[in-house]
Amino acid sequence: MKTEKNRAEMIREISGVNPLKCMKCGKCSASCPSYNEMDIKPHQFVSYVINEDIEALANSTSLWKCLSCFACVERCPRDVKPGKLIDAARQIVVRERGQDYLTPDEIPELIDPETPQQLLVSAFRRYRR
Amino acid sequence: MQRIGVFVCHCGTNIAATVDVKKVTEMALHEPGVVHAEDYQYMCSEAGQELIHKAIKEKHLTGLVVCSCSPRMHETTFRNAAEKAGLNPYMVEIANIREHCSWIHKDIEEATEKAVILMRAAIAKVNLDAPLKPGESKVTKRALVIGGGIAGIQTALDIAEAGYPVDIVEKTPSIGGRMSQLDKTFPTLDCSSCILTPKMGEVNAHPNVNIYTYSEVESVAGFVGDFTVEIRKKARSVDMDKCTGCGVCQEKCPSKKTPSEFNRGLDTRSAIYTPFAQAVPNVPVIDRDACIKFKTGKCGVCSKVCQAGAIDYDQVDEIITEKYGAIVVATGFDMIKLDKYDEYAYSQSKDVITSLELERIMNAAGPTGGHLERLSDGKAPKEMVFIQCVGSRCADERGKSYCSKVCCMYTAKHAMLIRDKYPDVNVTVFYIDVRTPGKNFDEFYRRAVEEYGVNYIKGQVGKVIPQPDGKLLVQGADLLDNKQILKEADMVVLAAAIEPNPDVRKIATMLTASIDTNNFLTEAHAKLRPVESPTAGIFLSGVCQGPKDIPETVSQAGAAAVKAIGLLAKDKLLTNPCTAHSDELMCNGCSQCANVCPYGAISYEDKEVNDHGVREVRRLAVVNDALCQGCGACTVTCPSGAMDLQGFSNRQILAEVDAICR
Repeated sequence: MKTEKNRAEMIREISGVNPLKCMKCGKCSASCPSYNEMDIKPHQFVSYVINEDIEALANSTSLWKCLSCFACVERCPRDVKPGKLIDAARQIVVRERGQDYLTPDEIPELIDPETPQQLLVSAFRRYRR
Repeated sequence: MQRIGVFVCHCGTNIAATVDVKKVTEMALHEPGVVHAEDYQYMCSEAGQELIHKAIKEKHLTGLVVCSCSPRMHETTFRNAAEKAGLNPYMVEIANIREHCSWIHKDIEEATEKAVILMRAAIAKVNLDAPLKPGESKVTKRALVIGGGIAGIQTALDIAEAGYPVDIVEKTPSIGGRMSQLDKTFPTLDCSSCILTPKMGEVNAHPNVNIYTYSEVESVAGFVGDFTVEIRKKARSVDMDKCTGCGVCQEKCPSKKTPSEFNRGLDTRSAIYTPFAQAVPNVPVIDRDACIKFKTGKCGVCSKVCQAGAIDYDQVDEIITEKYGAIVVATGFDMIKLDKYDEYAYSQSKDVITSLELERIMNAAGPTGGHLERLSDGKAPKEMVFIQCVGSRCADERGKSYCSKVCCMYTAKHAMLIRDKYPDVNVTVFYIDVRTPGKNFDEFYRRAVEEYGVNYIKGQVGKVIPQPDGKLLVQGADLLDNKQILKEADMVVLAAAIEPNPDVRKIATMLTASIDTNNFLTEAHAKLRPVESPTAGIFLSGVCQGPKDIPETVSQAGAAAVKAIGLLAKDKLLTNPCTAHSDELMCNGCSQCANVCPYGAISYEDKEVNDHGVREVRRLAVVNDALCQGCGACTVTCPSGAMDLQGFSNRQILAEVDAICR
């Protein structure tokens, strides 16, 4: 089992985001269309990563409520982009469950009604490049 | 052979914590020419300088190497100390073992080795140093102030009061600047015009002040004490001596559709116009791009109605050439453009405005006569939302990285004024941090909250959505209550970041004054020389140097004036003796040095030379010592090696390189 420190480091690496740049303005939470559905709010994600409290993030409903609309990524004035942190947290949860490395051909048979659609959208966005 | 003394400074722990100063001192004694070496905790202190003095006297030193901080910091200090002990000040070399060594390295062994190498290079240079004597240059006792806002006005007044003539060059038709656009000023809420217009009148009437409005600096040549400046006086199309300022021309002008610059485009002005009623000088200009006479040849109404016969369609731009000893830059600021901030709907709704636009709306002479109303339908607002830090403190390319400094206070002012005049209007301010350092500033902000009931919410606004019914839906975050807020507002006011006037880049280039990545002019030292540019004779006043409010601007304007006065009060200046010289026998007159010289210091003359018995006339480069700044560009360009820089000769530079590579 990875330590919380490792997992926080991994989130920083996957997302390419330095959470210390956050100035706590809250524009992400002000922009988020799923705000009311989330237990941990977008602006709080940043401090959870800074404080290396990844287990709470992994168990958060927010991971699966984020629509990956990237409004917070577009509008963040500090280049912190909480959407990318959420995306990365979702990635490590998926990896820890051993579900990494999808190829587009495999997807159709993997899709079942239980798969959160935003996960697919986000995965495509990530691997598009 | 030189008798060299080496002095190694600890700089407290700044150097000594990373460099083994004792070892550097000991190594110095093995170098050629070194007859004395010692270290001390603070070489720049009185006691440190005393050590240098004593060693020069006792050991009969002919040259010094001081291993310390950057020469920009203390070269003058040590040169003065050497001079006091009877040594030529140009026999002193600094080995920078702080900025170039201890501050940037961690490993003591490596840093010590590097310090020794830097010291060795400096010793090699001193060995070839020759005493130099500075020349003298005159000081033109007249100052130029670029920009006629409150900063420029204050600087000009202070210089004029000290008895020196001052010219102000102002780009727009009137002096007054941004401050003339403001309604009230914090923290005392006195009317901006009431405190500014008397100053405008005073500076205009001052016998030592000459104001060029509607004019721009065209070129700058020369150097500290002796600048030659060309000023373009744009054609006003109105005779300044004849015009009485009656204003009839502006009333009768049929072309009235140009957006008013002074009212930030919220209403329109005529083609012949003064920016505002209290303009100084109270003489209009014709905007030739808008004037029907200039566009079609038919009209001439202003000329017909002018009783004084002041209208002159044939006026042309005039170039005035004047000499100055000192130049003060006071070019001020503007607000950033908000076209990249779509989320706040600034370009979609007339009711989303900037703070400066609100100033005009609140002002009795503004587009709404001082009545607070929505620009879309003229209705009185009931809910107003202010958004702070729009484009300030931004890490991305949309905004500015810095805090604009004045927004927290003016937003508190706006909120308070609105609550005072229209108690039924609710005011909400979305803030990230409230920054109100300054005398009576925080008390001012607290009054807005406690006495005027302004609702401050900690959090940013994500977006502003114009509704079909004309309202504005504001979606923001309340980070303290941890909830997202949806609020209907009638007007939204954006505290847009301020940025230096874009023209400052052009002016800085002309002045060879340095500028930072945000277009703010750089000061010579951030703490100890904040109103001087690193370029001698150029001083900084107001927001061109960094964001500041009116009290700070006025203080800095006074400080810049004092520095300029200090310069003008001198009868002559000592010039830098480290200038370039051409060896007549080696120069082949190729002109390459003249082409690269940024100061225009090199000219050519035909001169008879005696080259090993052959007498002939040759075309030779001649350097004007007064213009040469010692940059060395010519010395590296010269293909025949004729150009050499005193104090930094080619031999010395190579000796340093040899010492480093040894």
